[in-house]
Amino acid sequence: MFDFGKWTSAFNDLLLGCMPEWAAVLIECVLIAVAILGAYTVLALFYILYERKLCAWFQCRLGPMRVGKWGLLQVFADMFKILIKEIISIKGTDKFLFRLAPFIVITSSVVMLACLPWGNGLQIINFNIGIFFVLAVSSLGVLGILLAGWSSNNKYTLIGAMRSGAQMVSYEISLGLAIITIVVLSGTMNINELVWQQETAWFLFRGHIPAIIAFLIYIVAATAETNRGPFDLPEAEHELVAGYHTEYSGITFGFYYLAEYLNLFIVSGIASLMFLGGWMPLHIPGWDGFNEIMNYIPSVVWFLLKSFFISFVIIWFKWTFPRVRIDQLLAFEWKYLMPLSLANLVLMAVFVALGWHF
Amino acid sequence: MSLLLEIGNGTLAVTAVLTGILLVVAATVIAKLISPKSYSVKKSDTFECGIPTRGQSMIQFKSGYYIFAILFLIFDVETVFLYPWAVVAKSLGTTSLLCIGIFMVILVLGLAYAWKKGALKWQ
Repeated sequence: MFDFGKWTSAFNDLLLGCMPEWAAVLIECVLIAVAILGAYTVLALFYILYERKLCAWFQCRLGPMRVGKWGLLQVFADMFKILIKEIISIKGTDKFLFRLAPFIVITSSVVMLACLPWGNGLQIINFNIGIFFVLAVSSLGVLGILLAGWSSNNKYTLIGAMRSGAQMVSYEISLGLAIITIVVLSGTMNINELVWQQETAWFLFRGHIPAIIAFLIYIVAATAETNRGPFDLPEAEHELVAGYHTEYSGITFGFYYLAEYLNLFIVSGIASLMFLGGWMPLHIPGWDGFNEIMNYIPSVVWFLLKSFFISFVIIWFKWTFPRVRIDQLLAFEWKYLMPLSLANLVLMAVFVALGWHF
Repeated sequence: MSLLLEIGNGTLAVTAVLTGILLVVAATVIAKLISPKSYSVKKSDTFECGIPTRGQSMIQFKSGYYIFAILFLIFDVETVFLYPWAVVAKSLGTTSLLCIGIFMVILVLGLAYAWKKGALKWQ
């Protein structure tokens, strides 16, 4: 497998060779910031088109077709349109919190994006408590949504924010427990090590029964966590206009839009990292020739394909299931999903203790 | 192996946070520069249903959500306690089962109590 770490270390040595250390660090930080911004924008644009096209195909429509070939340039037109819209200031809002909320939502998704391993050696933040850090940052996003709804001084936004808060904090427990199940199997929280442990086989296969249950729980919880699919109560457009971001206009609304799509990518990325091996190619123990061929496909392609596949499943949910009510939503989490994830965690602990995994 | 080991994760995390802030600031500044500006009294009204909004919206809200928030707090802290156990579970072997068994029983009793008391019922 090609190791991108070699390139970055060589570049680092090159910089250190011709300038003092602080300057090299500064340049590298700026380059990393540019890389994150680029990845963020490209992914957001891709996801907007991806979802619109998929939605259209699920409904036997064509989707955006006018701007560019097959509507490929539609997202650029959308983005430009949203930039030239006026930013309206609403009276009665809490100005400081109203402005602060997009910062929290965007920053939390940017930091999570920086934690994802894109390929062999293509990872920015690599804490030894990596996956725990990602979960901690992801819960900050709720804060931004709650602030946005509260500070807008609007009944719809308030209801949307409260629903969102209750939903996101509830499903975060199942999400966390599904991830802990895999941490029990792997014995590490370092994202890089998690990927390398899946060199022989992905965790979904290594942990078999409990891992598959955890995967299903994770997908359901992630759908709820990103306020999508049957769980899109915070933005139920028939009831709440647009939910917590009703009062935002122009690019300030665009921030929520961007963060929503990026969160979809991030939860899919974590799912592919925890269950489907991240950037690790499909390896089957014993099939050496097959494994060698799989290694020829670049690691970035593997990671992106897996993430896009899981996003596809999550978008699929949206067009398959009707929206649930808030009491059904919370009852489903607290009475079914959470006890199930606790039981599954114990099951995985038993499997690991008795050595029934691969 | 890892990207730019010399920088350290702290610096990188700070860079990521600053990037997020920069993204919001830059996009807002660009939008402010190229977007039109106009003012009218109606435009700055709260969007509700066409007639003027009545009263404040920052009010005391349905307590149902609040109960779930308290429950979340308990279970989230419990999740935090589970992480250190999860990391060492493999090396502890069957001892880990005993530890987590006792922890889980207490936890499930708490959930059962909340359930029985009707905290999970939406009113």
